[in-house]
Amino acid sequence: MSKVVYKLGNDISTDTIYPGRFMATVLPTETPEYAFADDKTFNTLLNSGTLTAKSIIVGGENFGCGSSREQAASCLKGHDLIVIAKSYARIFLQNAVNLGLQTITVPDIDAENGHELDISGDKVLNMTTGKEFNIQPLSGTRQMVMDAGGLIEYTRSRLRK
Amino acid sequence: MAMTVAEKILARAANVSSVKPGDIIEPSVDLAMSHENAALVINQFFEVYKGTDLSPKVWDPDKIAIIFDHRVPAESSKTANNQKKIRNFLKEQGVSKFHEIRGDVGGICHQILPEYGYVRPGYVVLGTDSHTTSHGALGAFSMGIGATEMASVWCLGTLLNLEVPGTIKVNINGVMPETLAAKDIILYLIGKITAKGATFKVLEYHGSVISNMNVSGRLTISNMSVEAGASAGIVPADQETERYLREEAGVTGELNFVTPDQDAVYEQIVDIDVTNLEPQIACPHTVDNVEPISNVNNVKLDQIVIGSCTNGRLEDLEIAAKILKGKKVANDVRMLVFPASSKIYRKALEEGYLEMLAQSGAVIMNPGCGCCLGVHQGALADGEVALATTNRNFKGRMGNPNAEVYLCSPATAAASAITGKITDPRQERS
Ligand code: SF4
Repeated sequence: MSKVVYKLGNDISTDTIYPGRFMATVLPTETPEYAFADDKTFNTLLNSGTLTAKSIIVGGENFGCGSSREQAASCLKGHDLIVIAKSYARIFLQNAVNLGLQTITVPDIDAENGHELDISGDKVLNMTTGKEFNIQPLSGTRQMVMDAGGLIEYTRSRLRK
Repeated sequence: MAMTVAEKILARAANVSSVKPGDIIEPSVDLAMSHENAALVINQFFEVYKGTDLSPKVWDPDKIAIIFDHRVPAESSKTANNQKKIRNFLKEQGVSKFHEIRGDVGGICHQILPEYGYVRPGYVVLGTDSHTTSHGALGAFSMGIGATEMASVWCLGTLLNLEVPGTIKVNINGVMPETLAAKDIILYLIGKITAKGATFKVLEYHGSVISNMNVSGRLTISNMSVEAGASAGIVPADQETERYLREEAGVTGELNFVTPDQDAVYEQIVDIDVTNLEPQIACPHTVDNVEPISNVNNVKLDQIVIGSCTNGRLEDLEIAAKILKGKKVANDVRMLVFPASSKIYRKALEEGYLEMLAQSGAVIMNPGCGCCLGVHQGALADGEVALATTNRNFKGRMGNPNAEVYLCSPATAAASAITGKITDPRQERS
């Protein structure tokens, strides 16, 4: 069971998730520091210790649109967050899968800050409201990359062949 | 089986006779482009080799292109260090398609690739930049990817697990009004189909307006296709593609035009008639928040920007210079112009456009991404409003989440610079 710590709207761009002026920072070990750097709410959560591992960010449609910057996925992965959104922009979704960031698609997700969600199998149960939602599964090949532990491992296994 | 342009290119690259949307393929890559974020690609590339006894070697150094553009000259020691790391790597690996921070061969990646003839019709082009869709303007399948995905391409020379995208056909017809620009058309399209209207799809452009449009305009359209979510935005290669590649990019040898089959299957068809189209403006803070200019006339501006991979080409500087010639940028407005490449900069210098723009009060900046992404020069103050010919107006895009960015064509930007307010270029010209 995990808690929704931050609910966002539609079209959250990678400029919001990882502002351009931190793009010179590239290493996945260093990017978490700048996640949502210009977003006061996120930083308050971070500083107050509310944002623990496996906390959930809920997004609307087209989450992660815009720039291909992979930092937008690696910074969230670094905080060990889970993203649930109605839909994703292609490059962000692929980056997330490649890095092993858990990105769940739930087209009709309805959850507010503070709600407890139980994610299991192909369902998300909002424990607070009692409503259940269907997860749209990752494509088979994306799931394969996730299962391999990310694209680095997946590619490494290909090189060995 | 009948195929669209993207399907034909991908079938060839995957070495199969045909593909259809949803097929999982592993196409070979003809060109792999990165900019400063190659620093991350390099890191991930070495990660792949860790724990193997193989020595890290890119699959084909001649198919990799690296262009420094995002933060040039370096804005921080961190960027400078990244650039240094990249230079060393390219030397070690023998990558020669490398565009340094230089006044002869430098520029924005999406301008350099066409300018130097690196992209050919029918190619599979991948770039670690979302606007890699630009190169569809030359009839290629060209798509943006992340850094780790690129590291994988550097290792294998193929793109793993690509799901063949369906194609949306966009027909653009009608009589092109004199002041209307390619930018207005693509903004209109994005407004119509929304920012996610083409997610996981290819946009394939047709119609008399596209046939009559030069490659410069087509690059604007393909460039911004990603703002509708598209994986690629393709203009099937034609005589104009050939003219550009031969005359402007100096390409010799055989060209392989890929055209769609008559009975190719499209997932959707969008028809646009430009005859009565007004100049368009994308309002804050999403690119699909598009309005005809008459609805947003008179918004007061603090900064005007002309440049970027969308609209920093010679034609764009020319139209702006001609509108501003002999006039002045309004007093309380800053105008920044950054040509998309050094070649364009020098040509605009030669033609006198830079002189006209500077005389009017514009600041001419060095070629590169400049303030487009809000990292390097031209940041906005709280509450300020910018009008730009760039491609994104997301919160914070120009360096400040408490500022607003509107997007427009070069003609609209220039006309608005004179008044200090969003101004219809048709007024300035009459
Ligand atoms: S000009 Fe702007 S949009 Fe184009 S590549 Fe540079 S940062 Fe990206």
